[in-house]
Amino acid sequence: MAEPLRKEDPIDLIEDPLLDPEPATERPLRWIGTPFRRVDGRAKVTGTTKFADDLTFPRMCHVKLVRSRIPHGTIRSIDFSAAEKIPGYLGCLTGADTPIPFGILPVSMDEHALCPDRVRFVGDPVAAVAATTEDAAYEAALAVIVEYDSLPTIASVEQAISTPEPRIHDYGDDGNLHKKVSMRFGDVEAGFAAADRIFEDLFFYEGNTHLPMEQHATVAVPEDDDRVTVWSSTQTPHYLHRALAKVLGLPASRIRVIACSNGGGFGGKSDPFNHEIVAAKMALILGRPAKIVLHREEVFYCHRGRHPVTMRLKTGVTKEGKITAHHLETALDGGAYGSYGVASTYYTGALETVTYDMPAYQFDGIRAFTNKPPCGPKRGHGTPQPRFGLEVQLDKIAVALGQNPADLRLQMLVAPESITANWLQLHSVSLDRCIEAVVTGSGYRERWGNLPEGRGLGLACGSYLCGAGLPIYWNHMPQSGVQLKIDRSGCVAVFCGEAEIGQGSDSVLAGIVAEVLGVDLSDLRLCVADTDLTPVDLGSYSSRVTLMMGNAALQAAERARDLIAKAVGDQLEVPADRLVFAERRVFDASDPSNPEKGLTFQDAVIAAEARFGTLGTVGSYIPPRSPGKYRGAGVGPSPTYSYSASVVEVEVDPQTGLWRPVHVWIAHDIGRALNPVLAIGQVEGGVYMGLGEVMMEEQAFRRLPRHLSNALVHKFPSMLEYKSPTFLDMPPVTTYLIEDPDPQGPYGAKEVGQGPLLPILPAVANAIYDAVGARVDQVPIHPHMVLKALDAKKKGGEPRYGPKSFPEVDFGETLIVPTPAQGGNGTAINEFRSKLRSGMRGVATGTMSTRDEALRQKKALTTKLEDR
Amino acid sequence: MLRLPAFDYIAAQSIEEAAAILSGEGAGEGSAEAAAQGQPSPVRLVAGGTDLWPNMKRRHQSAKTVVSLMEIPGLSDIQATHPQGEIRIGATALLSDVANHPQIRTRYPAFAEAVDSISSPPLRNMGTIGGNLCLDTRCTYYNQTEDWRRSIDYCLKEKGKTCWVATSSPKCLAHTASDAAPMLQALGARVRLVSREGAGGGTTERTIPIGELYRNDGIDYLTKRPDEILTEILLPAEADAAHCRSAFWKLRRRGSIDFAVLSAAVAVWVDAGGVVTKASVVLGAVASCPSVAEEAGAALVGKKLTEESVKEAAGLARRVATPFDNTDFQAQWRGAMVEVWVAGALRGCTAGDIGYGSDRVHG
Repeated sequence: MAEPLRKEDPIDLIEDPLLDPEPATERPLRWIGTPFRRVDGRAKVTGTTKFADDLTFPRMCHVKLVRSRIPHGTIRSIDFSAAEKIPGYLGCLTGADTPIPFGILPVSMDEHALCPDRVRFVGDPVAAVAATTEDAAYEAALAVIVEYDSLPTIASVEQAISTPEPRIHDYGDDGNLHKKVSMRFGDVEAGFAAADRIFEDLFFYEGNTHLPMEQHATVAVPEDDDRVTVWSSTQTPHYLHRALAKVLGLPASRIRVIACSNGGGFGGKSDPFNHEIVAAKMALILGRPAKIVLHREEVFYCHRGRHPVTMRLKTGVTKEGKITAHHLETALDGGAYGSYGVASTYYTGALETVTYDMPAYQFDGIRAFTNKPPCGPKRGHGTPQPRFGLEVQLDKIAVALGQNPADLRLQMLVAPESITANWLQLHSVSLDRCIEAVVTGSGYRERWGNLPEGRGLGLACGSYLCGAGLPIYWNHMPQSGVQLKIDRSGCVAVFCGEAEIGQGSDSVLAGIVAEVLGVDLSDLRLCVADTDLTPVDLGSYSSRVTLMMGNAALQAAERARDLIAKAVGDQLEVPADRLVFAERRVFDASDPSNPEKGLTFQDAVIAAEARFGTLGTVGSYIPPRSPGKYRGAGVGPSPTYSYSASVVEVEVDPQTGLWRPVHVWIAHDIGRALNPVLAIGQVEGGVYMGLGEVMMEEQAFRRLPRHLSNALVHKFPSMLEYKSPTFLDMPPVTTYLIEDPDPQGPYGAKEVGQGPLLPILPAVANAIYDAVGARVDQVPIHPHMVLKALDAKKKGGEPRYGPKSFPEVDFGETLIVPTPAQGGNGTAINEFRSKLRSGMRGVATGTMSTRDEALRQKKALTTKLEDR
Repeated sequence: MLRLPAFDYIAAQSIEEAAAILSGEGAGEGSAEAAAQGQPSPVRLVAGGTDLWPNMKRRHQSAKTVVSLMEIPGLSDIQATHPQGEIRIGATALLSDVANHPQIRTRYPAFAEAVDSISSPPLRNMGTIGGNLCLDTRCTYYNQTEDWRRSIDYCLKEKGKTCWVATSSPKCLAHTASDAAPMLQALGARVRLVSREGAGGGTTERTIPIGELYRNDGIDYLTKRPDEILTEILLPAEADAAHCRSAFWKLRRRGSIDFAVLSAAVAVWVDAGGVVTKASVVLGAVASCPSVAEEAGAALVGKKLTEESVKEAAGLARRVATPFDNTDFQAQWRGAMVEVWVAGALRGCTAGDIGYGSDRVHG
């Protein structure tokens, strides 16, 4: 079953005998650590996997959304009269049918399935039409006439700051600023005062979108007793379940959500979406199955992709290259709705501290509402932007201090098992081994700074969560649950709410259960992502599935193993703890004289079922509590963190500014690769996506001349003109999986889905500098930018292209949090005043409360203050 | 996905039948009616459909009747009867068949290269040479869906009043995106146009230099009348690689799929002493039709192809290019690249063997 590695994937599994996780007496692992074929592989390559758009039901109708064609305004009228005449037309919905707001974060429930009165961007859905065929629905949608009254368009962060009224939403921290964050950890001023050199840089990271191959699709089927089943391409069936219950006004127990296999997600299918709610509502109203499949342009409007972020970084260093203080300011262009934006804003600051030792750190961030499709989480969620800034700035610091950038980083790494200035608990950290692997593989120490003009090497690092420490809504329940049902057939049915989005989570689940029970993958039957049948797993986001679901699966499987072992032990008269589960048998391994002393797995199950009755076990996982207690400390904690380092070699043509990546070396501290081929696939996917973002991808918008038009439109909402690299643009990638098993993860595993993207962009920018001596402090790096920087160099100016200013903005009162080194206890010393000022959003370590709740609390707090 | 609107589809079995439908006779519904109302014919021709079908899905081209040329016998033939004579390429020859034709590859290598650079392999197996020559002009304000175009109140090219590329422009600035056209123009190719004549079912035809097929107007970019059918391309014997050095350089973001945002097609005739006797430099994608850089070609005549003469010609070519911000890459940079691309193509002509430039893709 195991397939050989492809030749073109050179992997270097770095062995370290001192870190061998398994006691010598343990049996060798059958599945874990082997490149076993993914359990959904055959169905995927033969086309038998059923994606949401593959589903069809008798009497199914087709639904299309009518989307706003103005960027900002109020709806005056909607005329369906022409649409109604189209043969096959069945019915319509408007905002009046879906009045209850929703949103992924309880703190920003600002979306409606269909806009009730106000539209906020070109593409905002205002109505839905259903018809017997997709063609008729399409024509009907085009025939709906909507009249609007326009409101002023807000196109940028700067404009949002300077235009507090009219507000895009009637909530938020300040005018059209959705969120303002300011927090200081440690004595930042003293840190800068102690620095020998202070570096200040501005960076800009353009927004981009996920571009999954599969467009979003949903099919809703009404059933007896006012029930509805919703199949959808979603990464988060549980959160969709909650949103549907809220908006449809039905008890969650009458709604069944099934996440189909996703044809790619990357964060773009993690929100509950308009079309999902509309399909369910339409199915319930018409009493027939309703299908909605977005076309590519609509996927660009769903968006939730990378926030465009302008950044200012100020870093103080000693002449030896130790960081004394770091100050990061970020300004996020959030688009028209909240989405994950509050979390995204915090994330631009949260992981700044997890790679290099930063004794004092200040983070200030804002997120603005603008009349564009909402931004949200994309692979790396909020962290690739500041990571780009930090890693490019470190390259500049290394050059200025005359140090090799690799050595500069190696002497400032965080310590394993330490707590950062912003109170993140770290566990295993093998970033040093990552750096050494790519530096050795690429010949960085010898070749950096020594390549001919036009060739360059760049180094950068990164780190990412292995699952967000807190769920999206406040609760004390497990983040992941796994249930096993085993019966006399010998089949192990595995139930889990996790969603397979192509990352291989089904295979991880199967591999862990098969490993513990010593069975083949073919003995398992997976039932996943079905809210009626499977225990809750919060979904495929924040790189949480392998660690959280894996730990839950481990617990469920070990419980089943113990149950079966007890029955078999009694039958064979062998102590249960001497039994080994392997090769689809349960046997006494310590009795080599009698190797036949054992049962087949099926007979073992029969023994257990006879002994204990129907067999079922459960496992669940709750992340450890974070030491951070200040408001906002809820974003950033994770059971542990993955680390990556990359060296990219580029070729730059100084005459044209055109450049291309020639080779990528990447090392990823994965803890333990449960399946190295899947892991390498994830690493290469992250490299590819990172290269896309630095080479060409941008979610860009067009504003027409203001005196002629109020329009603000997506520049190229198509796969032809939104440029994303193809096979031909992809350079060879050398991947090193650094294995240092982390006790937090199942078999020591950490995440690999998001982290490997992070170092790619800054490594490219640093490589371009090495090649031609030009700094492009923004991404994507277009050829004209390289050329302009080189022109400036020729004219004796600074060889740089990038943003020239940071928006003038008040970040609000700064939360003062003493660091662990200062003897802090994880809380802020000025929480109360700061809470009041910021409108009380987020109590209890920054977990999102609902908007109503926040307003209530603010009122209560104000009253209390007046009472004093 | 985007849906095609309903229309009548006729697979013409002969040029005469297609021409009759185009002229408002025969089976085509609506063309006579439209002609009576002074509207453009709602009958459209289709060959491979790689341009028309997406355009109809996005609703910026429409038709009541679509007439396919693909079933017309002989229309896809590539005729190279005499080893040194002209090559005739039927309009519905697939791009991949043209690019892979042995005689075309050896005798008109830069043309084969240009055709081989069009789009992607699957589309070259669908698209035809005639279709590429008649390719609708492109613009990022135009090649968008109906919904998107509504949100900018349409544009000059279709339904709207303003060219959003340059709001003061009285004419549409959509750009030509054909790769075959500039190369064929540099080589001096001609095209045959056939139309209906008289009531007896007969046809008439005219053959024109390919340059005369185009007009620098994003809307009315073809001089071909709506009732005419482009049936054949004639590759002249004098542009055979035995006499002529040619090269094609194309700029686009991704070498596997994208339309050109700039191309340089050059053909140079030199005497025994290496002195240029005639040179033709044609730019693609920087105006609404292929742009002939006459001064650049003239400047080369009487000189040898040296670094100096190549640079001079490239500098002169830059003058005819007027790229706007309606495609990929920054317009100003694209303009600056004209010089580099023309020089690159001309250098390709200096190679000892008959040089033809590579498809320059993003680096």
